[in-house]
Amino acid sequence: MLLIACPYCGERPEIEFSYGGQAHLARPPQPSQLDDQAWAEFLYMRSNTRGVYAERWRHSRGCGQFFNALRDTTTDHFLAVYKRGEAPPPLSDEAQPTLSSEGGPTPAAHEPTAPRERSP
Amino acid sequence: MSKQSFSGLSLIWRSLSKHRGWQTQWRKPQPKARYDAVIVGGGGHGLGAAYYLAKEHGLTNIAVLEKGWIGGGNTGRNTTIIRSNYLFNESAALYDHSVKLWENLSQALNYNVMFSPRGVMMLAHTVHDIQVFKRHVHANRCNGVDNEWLDPVQAKEFCPPLNIEDNIRYPVLGAALQRRGGTARHDAVAWGYARAADALGVDIIENCEVTGIRRNAGGAVEALETSRGVIHSPKVGVSAAGHTSVIMALAGVHVPLESYPLQALVSEPVKPIFPCVVMSNTIHAYISQSDKGELVIGAGTDAYTSYTQRGALHVNTHTLDAICELFPNFRRLRMLRNWGGIVDVTPDRSPIIAKTPVPGLYVNCGWGTGGFKATPGSAHVFAWTIARDEPHPINAPFTIERFRDGYLIDEAAAAAVAH
Repeated sequence: MLLIACPYCGERPEIEFSYGGQAHLARPPQPSQLDDQAWAEFLYMRSNTRGVYAERWRHSRGCGQFFNALRDTTTDHFLAVYKRGEAPPPLSDEAQPTLSSEGGPTPAAHEPTAPRERSP
Repeated sequence: MSKQSFSGLSLIWRSLSKHRGWQTQWRKPQPKARYDAVIVGGGGHGLGAAYYLAKEHGLTNIAVLEKGWIGGGNTGRNTTIIRSNYLFNESAALYDHSVKLWENLSQALNYNVMFSPRGVMMLAHTVHDIQVFKRHVHANRCNGVDNEWLDPVQAKEFCPPLNIEDNIRYPVLGAALQRRGGTARHDAVAWGYARAADALGVDIIENCEVTGIRRNAGGAVEALETSRGVIHSPKVGVSAAGHTSVIMALAGVHVPLESYPLQALVSEPVKPIFPCVVMSNTIHAYISQSDKGELVIGAGTDAYTSYTQRGALHVNTHTLDAICELFPNFRRLRMLRNWGGIVDVTPDRSPIIAKTPVPGLYVNCGWGTGGFKATPGSAHVFAWTIARDEPHPINAPFTIERFRDGYLIDEAAAAAVAH
C-alpha cells in the first residue's frame, strides 16, 4: 500500500485517498468551438506516462481536499506533492527518475475516476 | 522445419523411453535485417497473430519481438477465465469468435491448451444485478451466445461450495451461467502458438526491446530500432498490452489507454473442490480451481496508473473478504503467492484492434482486465487486419476513431461493475 503525503495532513495510507487521474487537464474555455477530434482528446486521451506523472489525489477519508502529486509510475515513488492550483515543483537531480517519461508532467485532469475493474 | 507431433501414442512412447528425444519446441533465431511483417509483443495475442499470419495469410517471413520472455507478461499472469456473454452485438461477435476458436485450439495447434468449458457463473447480489444480468441473458440469446439465468438454489446445485444463505452482507440473488465458458492453461496458449508459429517459419525473438520506430518520407513504417539492432519491416503490429502507450508514442500515435496494475493470487493446492468458474463483479470475487489444485483468484485493479507489475495488499484483501463470505469453507486455506500485471484500459472497456494513422502500423490493445479469453479471436482478426490492410468484419467497429466519432462499445456501463 502506498504511503501518500497529503499536503494538509501529512503521510497517510493509500486507503484514505481516492485517485483523480492525470492532473492539470483544463476544460476547454470555448467548448462549442472544438471539433470532434479535439473533444476526443480532451475526454479520452491521457498521457499514460511511463515515468514521472502529474496526477490528482483526493484525501477523501481525511480532510477531503484535492491535491496533486508527481509520481514515478515505474517505481510508484512519490517525488513531490503540491496543492491544487500550483505548478509542479522542479525535481532535484536525485529525485529524477532513471527512465525518461513519454509525456512527462503535462498540463492536463478532469473528472476523478477511480475504476475498480472486473478481473478477467 | 518439421516438428514432433504430440499424441497419446507419442507420450507413451517417450515415457517408456525415459523421456529422451524430446525436441526443443521453438528455435532461438538471431533477428534478420528484414521481415515482411513484425509483431511487437510475445504474449498470446502477438504469438497468435504471427501464427495466423503464417497459417492463413501465407506470410512466413515474419518475426515476433518480445522484450522479456514469451508469455511472461499478462498471458502468464491472468486468471484464465474464458467467456463470451458480453452485452453488445460487436463484443458478442468478437468474444464468441474467440470461444469458437478455443473449442478446437488444441487440435489446431497440436498442443494441449487444456481448454476446459466447465461453465462460468456470474453472481447477482442486488436488484440492479438481476436486471442487468437478465438483460445480458436475453441479448446474448439474440446473438446466439449461450447464457442462462439461475435462481440461488440452481446456482448452488451447479457450484456446491457456494453460500446462498440470506444472512451475508451481499446474499446471492441469482446467477447468469455460460456453460460454454471455462478456463484454459495460460502458459500452454503462449507455448502452443509459439511452437506452431515457429514450425511455419516465424522467428520468435526474445529479449528484444523495441526502442524506436523509423518512418519513411511518406510517414509509413520503415523499420524498428531494437535492443538487438535495426529490423526493417513494412508492417508492424503492436500487441504490447500495458506498454502499448509507450510503443505507440515511438511512432507519435496516441491511443486512449491508461495502464493499471491488476492483481491475482493462488491458494495452496487442494483436491478438486471447485467445479466451475464463479465471478462476482459487484463484490469483486473471481475464482476457479486449476488442474494443479490451486484456487486461482482474481482481484481488482489498483486505483492508480502504474507500470510496476505490483499492487497493494488491500486490493487482494478486499477480494478475499468476498471469497470467504461466498465460500466459507475456504476460510482456512492459505494463500501461496500473489502478483500483478499491467493492464491497458480503454475509456469504454472495449479493445482496439485497428489500423492506425501511420501506414503500416497496426495496434491490438485495450483488453484491460479481460484479454486472455479473447486470445485466439483477437489474434485471428488482428492477423487479417495486418495481412489485408483492412479490418475483418468482426473487428471493424473496434477502431481508435470510435472515440472521436462517438461509436463507443460501452461494456464499462454494461458490465455492472461497481466503479
